[in-house]
Amino acid sequence: MLHKLREALHERFVAWALRTVPPEPVPIVLTQRRVYVLPTRAGLLYAVSLVVMLIGAINYNLGLGYLLVFLLVGLGVATILHTFRNLAGLSIGTGAAAPVFAGGTARFPLRLANPDRRERRLVQLGLPGQPTIAADVPAGDSTQVLLPLPAARRGWLTMPRATLATVWPLGLVRTWSYAAPALACLVYPRPAGAVPPLPTFAGLQGGRLSSDTGDEDFAGLRRHQPSDPPHHVAWKAAARQGSDAPLQTKQFAGTAAQALWLDWDTLPAGMDTETRLSILARWVIDAEDAGLAWGLRLPGTTLARGHGPDHVHACLKALALHEG
Amino acid sequence: MKADRRHTVVPLAPVQTWWLLATGIAAFLPLTLQVPVWLSVATGAAFAWRVALAWWRQPLPTRWVLVFVTLAGTAGVFLEYRTLFGQRAGVALLLIFLALKQLEARAPRDGLAIVLLAYFLTLTQFFEDQSIPVAATMLATLAVATATLASLTDPRDKPPALFRRAGLLLAQALPFMLILFVLFPRVSGPLWGLPADAYSGLTGLSDSMSPGTINNLIQSDAIAFRVKFDGPVPPKREMYWRGPVLTRLDERTWRPGEKAIARELPYRPLADGPLFTYTVTLEPHNRPWLFALELPLTLPPGAFRSTDFQLHARKPVRERLRYTLRSQTTVTHPGESPDTLAAARQLPAGLNPRTREVGAGWTADGSSDAVQLQRAIDFMRERTLVYTLRPPLMDRDVADEFLFDHRRGFCEHFASAFVVLMRAAGVPARVVTGYQGGERNPVDDTWVIRQSDAHAWAEVWLAGRGWVRVDPTATSAPARIEENLAAAVPAGDPLPFLARGYHFLRDLRYRWWAINNAWNQWVLGYDPQRQRDLLERLGMKSPDWQTMTATLAVLCGAVLLALTGWMLWRRPHPDRVQRQWLRLTKRLARRGFPRHDWEGPQDYAGRIVQVLSAQPTKAAEIRRIAALYAGLRYGRLDASSFHELRRRVAAFKP
Repeated sequence: MLHKLREALHERFVAWALRTVPPEPVPIVLTQRRVYVLPTRAGLLYAVSLVVMLIGAINYNLGLGYLLVFLLVGLGVATILHTFRNLAGLSIGTGAAAPVFAGGTARFPLRLANPDRRERRLVQLGLPGQPTIAADVPAGDSTQVLLPLPAARRGWLTMPRATLATVWPLGLVRTWSYAAPALACLVYPRPAGAVPPLPTFAGLQGGRLSSDTGDEDFAGLRRHQPSDPPHHVAWKAAARQGSDAPLQTKQFAGTAAQALWLDWDTLPAGMDTETRLSILARWVIDAEDAGLAWGLRLPGTTLARGHGPDHVHACLKALALHEG
Repeated sequence: MKADRRHTVVPLAPVQTWWLLATGIAAFLPLTLQVPVWLSVATGAAFAWRVALAWWRQPLPTRWVLVFVTLAGTAGVFLEYRTLFGQRAGVALLLIFLALKQLEARAPRDGLAIVLLAYFLTLTQFFEDQSIPVAATMLATLAVATATLASLTDPRDKPPALFRRAGLLLAQALPFMLILFVLFPRVSGPLWGLPADAYSGLTGLSDSMSPGTINNLIQSDAIAFRVKFDGPVPPKREMYWRGPVLTRLDERTWRPGEKAIARELPYRPLADGPLFTYTVTLEPHNRPWLFALELPLTLPPGAFRSTDFQLHARKPVRERLRYTLRSQTTVTHPGESPDTLAAARQLPAGLNPRTREVGAGWTADGSSDAVQLQRAIDFMRERTLVYTLRPPLMDRDVADEFLFDHRRGFCEHFASAFVVLMRAAGVPARVVTGYQGGERNPVDDTWVIRQSDAHAWAEVWLAGRGWVRVDPTATSAPARIEENLAAAVPAGDPLPFLARGYHFLRDLRYRWWAINNAWNQWVLGYDPQRQRDLLERLGMKSPDWQTMTATLAVLCGAVLLALTGWMLWRRPHPDRVQRQWLRLTKRLARRGFPRHDWEGPQDYAGRIVQVLSAQPTKAAEIRRIAALYAGLRYGRLDASSFHELRRRVAAFKP
């Protein structure tokens, strides 16, 4: 009950502290008005100790004791300023979040830019309930930080507001601020673990992947992509042209490949949507790994035959955003 | 604060362990001489143990070992002080905790406990000593402790960088310290009863005198009080600083006699005699009396005068006390009560038979007290007594043994024997203790009176003249009064260090004393009274605590704002490389080709080059400038390329 109340109050505070309805336009500059300061547990202990020492100095009339206590008070105040400055004025930009599979961890890239002439150190960034990541931002420079967030479900995962905090330099004071830039990560369906074989092979070869299937008809060469299987590299051509020339990949247009359609409807009728998407995702990956070209048929969507990373992404994206 | 909690499970890094050890040792070292030897040794051993563990990377001792050490240490403290709650016992316990915390610190949170303990121990050091050197050690300890805090937060930096950060923070703390020190409303006196052993370290004259009392005291160079004269200064031989007056002799010990509070001044000032006005700054001596130049005509506030002309405070002087007095070295006495005079003739029966025989022998011819006084002075002079700081041990009949057997003694022997002699002759006499002389510091023109100036002399009642001071020591060693202790004692006698004359050091010494005096007056002696005086002098109309707090808040706020402004609004001026680039982009922008925020120098140059494709020389120039700029700013180009950049930018006409 109390815990819930605390959560609710905290959320209200965050909503007020952001001063705008998220998402905010980037770059987000952490102006002094939106940086908050409170003592840490260590800072509170420090303050209590100073009060006790002050009482001691008064009671025993220790002139030097007054000096000591007041110097430590000044130290505390100076620490507030330093901790505040370590965060205030920081500017936050965003990068593009690489898509992940459901069950994996999305990483939201934030770019911290420091316009000042002094380094900012140990800025802790984190999303609600997630471990924080410490970053240093050199003077007049920027640093990229990837904020992790578990991606449970397929679709777009929007980044919740991030908390930026620091206790540097002495750990007595914590300054923090919130930032809610528009940043989303595409989450592909989780690829099924136990895979039915690719539909084509199931029909033609009894489920066995063989090296000659789909590789029969040489269709030409294209520039090599790192994701191409090594046995498709045109090694002879590479040897002829010398080591400086870019590698080429052999392209095939086999009958089997032509026949490869990853089709929603080939899956058993009673299967639920998520399982279907999961299996289709696995097929997409397997087909690309096998160096095949394939098309994808979903209710209402059809992606033409193709292959390569862009095609993989397009197919997985269609699966991720499939509604139904 | 969730993030903090997660952070503290990280174990201490080795470098943080070393920092914590440095803080612990910095707090412990100044205390080594204040705590019992066994505790110093034990704490030192605990630190050495911890250093060894850290050096050879051994695991920390188990919990049971620590529990045992804690119990043993606590038991030791209890046996030493018979309590665990006194001031000294408290310091000892804190020291034990500090050492133990070192042996069990595993996480940065434990580190904080060590730093806070170090702060407390630094404070406890001030119970014994608040001098300038101690303040310097305090600053050093704070620098180490602050650097340790910084290291606990961010252990990656090297010690010089951490010390620089600590130094900057402490430097910025200074203005707050000054404002708080001056304006924080001061209250006087303890807030509650102090432990019984609070002032055991204070020394000074006691209110009894037996052979050896003063002799012990004068071995000390400690300052008894300082005096600043306003106007004329009496000659040094006239500077008798009156303290306890001792009338009653029990066996070999002199004690104060019966006395009452004098409601009026018991003597008359001389209308045309010289008047001395002076301010005494009395060091705390834990006794309820004050010292004054014989004889004071005024009373400090809160003090009173007893019928034997001694000044008393209402409670023991436990903090430095300042008071201003007016005195005359010669006064007249209208009369004395018969009881007082009778008490001043008493002698314990059966003691000092030979001295009493001499004194009694003088009464036969019925001559006046003044004649008897002269006889006593002459008698002592004829005995050729030797003034020495190492008198032989005297057993029971101290006056007899001093005058007839050993004939070597210290001022207390002279005064005691003289008073016994006078009383035997029927003349009222008593012992007065206090200080004689002092040393003038030419730097700030104050007189410093030390424990080594402690002295005992005599007073004799002469009908018609009243109490007359007689210094029997002067009859044997006049140099003691005219000059210094050092001149009076035979060479080879041990002397307190400062009483010896090292002339080449004297000037330095005087300066040091003057600084110390200012320190005592303005830092240690900054009490409610002084605070009010200072604030009134600074123009504050009625410095009560509300005004002070308000001013305090305003000034602290102003400093805070100034510091914040200095730190936050010191926006970066673009560096010289960037300035050149901005010059170029500004010119291009005027021509209608502004740089977009998201464009790097190369992208921007590429775009401009396309636009300017009709003018290949200009395009090439822009490409070159952009490459120079990118190389200088992000790459490895050195300063010589900067001149090329500047030249090209200056020459470029869009």
